[in-house]
Amino acid sequence: MTKLTSVVELEAYRAGLTAGDKTRPCVTICGGTGCRANAGLQVAQMFRNMLKAKKLDEKVDVRTTGCHGFCERGPLVVLLPKGLLYISVRPNDVEEIIATSIEGDGTIERLAYKLPGAKERIFRESEIPFYAHQRRIVFANSGKIDPTNIDDYLAVGGYSSLAKALTTMEPDQIIDWIEKSCLRGRGGGGFPTGRKWRACRNAEGYPKYIICNGDEGDPGAFMDRSIMEGNPQSILEGMAIGAYAIGSDQGYIYVRQEYPLAVENLRIAIKQAQEHQLLGQNILGTDFSFTVHISRGAGAFVCGESTALIASIEGFSGEPRAKHIHMSEKGLFAKPTNLNNVETWANVPVIIDKGWKWFADIGSDNSKGTKVFSLVGKVRNTGLIEVPMGMTLREIIFDIGGGVAKNRQFKAVQTGGPSGGCLPASELNLSVDFDQLAAVGSMMGSGGMIVMDDRTCMVEVARYFTEFLSRESCGKCTACREGIMRMYELLENITTGRGTIEDILLLEEVSAYVRENSICGLGKSAPNPTLSTLKYFREEYIAHIEQRRCPAGVCKELTTFRIDPETCKACGKCIRACPVEAITGQKKMPHVIDEDKCVKCGACREICPFDAVTIL
Amino acid sequence: MNRVDDLIKKYDGQASWLVMLLQDIQTEYNYLPAQAIEHVATKLNIPITRVHNVATFYSSFSLNERGKHIIRVCDGTACHLRSADNIRNEIKRQLGIKEGQTTPDKKFTLEVVACLGVCALAPVITVNAEYNGNMTPEKVRDVLAQYD
Repeated sequence: MTKLTSVVELEAYRAGLTAGDKTRPCVTICGGTGCRANAGLQVAQMFRNMLKAKKLDEKVDVRTTGCHGFCERGPLVVLLPKGLLYISVRPNDVEEIIATSIEGDGTIERLAYKLPGAKERIFRESEIPFYAHQRRIVFANSGKIDPTNIDDYLAVGGYSSLAKALTTMEPDQIIDWIEKSCLRGRGGGGFPTGRKWRACRNAEGYPKYIICNGDEGDPGAFMDRSIMEGNPQSILEGMAIGAYAIGSDQGYIYVRQEYPLAVENLRIAIKQAQEHQLLGQNILGTDFSFTVHISRGAGAFVCGESTALIASIEGFSGEPRAKHIHMSEKGLFAKPTNLNNVETWANVPVIIDKGWKWFADIGSDNSKGTKVFSLVGKVRNTGLIEVPMGMTLREIIFDIGGGVAKNRQFKAVQTGGPSGGCLPASELNLSVDFDQLAAVGSMMGSGGMIVMDDRTCMVEVARYFTEFLSRESCGKCTACREGIMRMYELLENITTGRGTIEDILLLEEVSAYVRENSICGLGKSAPNPTLSTLKYFREEYIAHIEQRRCPAGVCKELTTFRIDPETCKACGKCIRACPVEAITGQKKMPHVIDEDKCVKCGACREICPFDAVTIL
Repeated sequence: MNRVDDLIKKYDGQASWLVMLLQDIQTEYNYLPAQAIEHVATKLNIPITRVHNVATFYSSFSLNERGKHIIRVCDGTACHLRSADNIRNEIKRQLGIKEGQTTPDKKFTLEVVACLGVCALAPVITVNAEYNGNMTPEKVRDVLAQYD
């Protein structure tokens, strides 16, 4: 690979890349883990094979790209430069796509998106509501580049921000821009990034370390995974700019163990950047050197906490430390350290390129820029979205998300992962940013947004998160280690019909104790799922305790399923769905559940097209 | 322990790389043998309690021998809401083992993962490196049948 020893060489190299030719036909196929799990790579290979067989491979590029975001409808194929989007593409659709839309000028209706209940098909990504309401800054290029080929990133302008920073800006000026942009940490803490950088720059000690937190432990969140897999160079470029500004020459990217593709793509990205002299020694021929190492997690949610993460990189178990001495003074290996989240780093090149004012013009009063969310759960359009801060929950869930799946009723939205809370329909008009959700007992968090419907039991949700936290507690603080376990036991009692009203009071009391006596965020925020569900869904707790009933039909000991003989159309779907053969019934006779055999899995209720399965 | 020595050399014998060293050892042996743990402590010149501490703290490490195929059932929030429990129970029922256990013929080990990050396809399980999304209890038998 060509060593680029000056900005002039970089620009000359960039100008020569054919990938920069926007008129050149290209088939892009989403290569994120989600689409791969759905045979996305087979679709890509089929395109390569068939185009070669037709001798079209010289004229039409095939590119496996980063995440396009519309995960519910994968595998996703976009034909450039037309911008034609085909969804749910199978390998045996490829021949028709080539014949109709590449060799010909036509479109294939059955592979195009349509709104539920509508007749017309929508062929352009930009016209689909899921995309139209978004503002993609961090994800602007993910769908256009092959993350394992740095030249694609260069072709869309990659590393021009680093070049600008190194050759036309002083470190103090860079930090000034980041401060004025009002960029706040995207991992959930929301700490002002510029202030953090300045503190580390001012600290004494050498070497200084730059860390990228790619631990993303919140269940239901996969924003950082998609950035690491889909546009790893944007993270490296951001880190290099930060390192230059702070005075560091060593960086670590900490990736959780459950993301093997992210580790691999980052490894390739580092290698290629070094080969181009965009990383490593004397970057672009300047005095600035910056080396990046990858450090892997090994399965510990607490390692997303910055001091626990550092302990892990140092080769210890992930026990957090009290923060009366800031990381910017003494962090990794007791040296000044600046740690930021993946998404935070990915925003840095954009701010340097377009200016701090451009960035500060997007978003709400106290929360500037965009935020990436993983919109999942009982929502129609599950996937990754990027929107300006300040958009309401309602707009996100209904305009972009398409509303609740299977026409069920909205019940709650959970944000902030296990540290966050659940908000009911009455709060849907709240704006999503760092402050508004926190004001009502929840938080925006890292970006996981989980939609729940009327078949979700909110007490069980609290139990689920509390069990998770109790398992993931590092064990250091008595309040966290013992207190969360006691909370879990109380919630377990309530969901299995052994709860009392005193349990609720005890839960609230233990919550206060755990919050006040834990040194890290895991313990401090552990009571949030319980407290927010008690605040907004107290009647559900009461039903479990006083009536020994689970209104949502989830808690097995408190639920009995029954098929309503008036509504049952005897279609037989439930009989086939039942894993323990507990349902009997012949054609035209109402089906019956044998309660002795029934394991309360709810499969029959899920599959019944007539809603004939009721809860007693 | 020659292979362990090679891996220690790969990390320059530095104790700060302990977590990744143990991961590589586990990839080699499919678990962390007690002998390997002792060897690492000696060669890295660190207390064996520290190696044990790390090996038992992180959930991806196994101190017991594991099966040929590792099944991981995702228990993330999105999968949980889409009844991942039913998938897990069906696997347990068919294989006759509990979470963390290995079948007597050493073919399958069942593990639970906090979140795989493939939430749009919930509920998800992986077998080795292969992802299976949109799982239902009915699909379990066919998925497991693919593995010898």
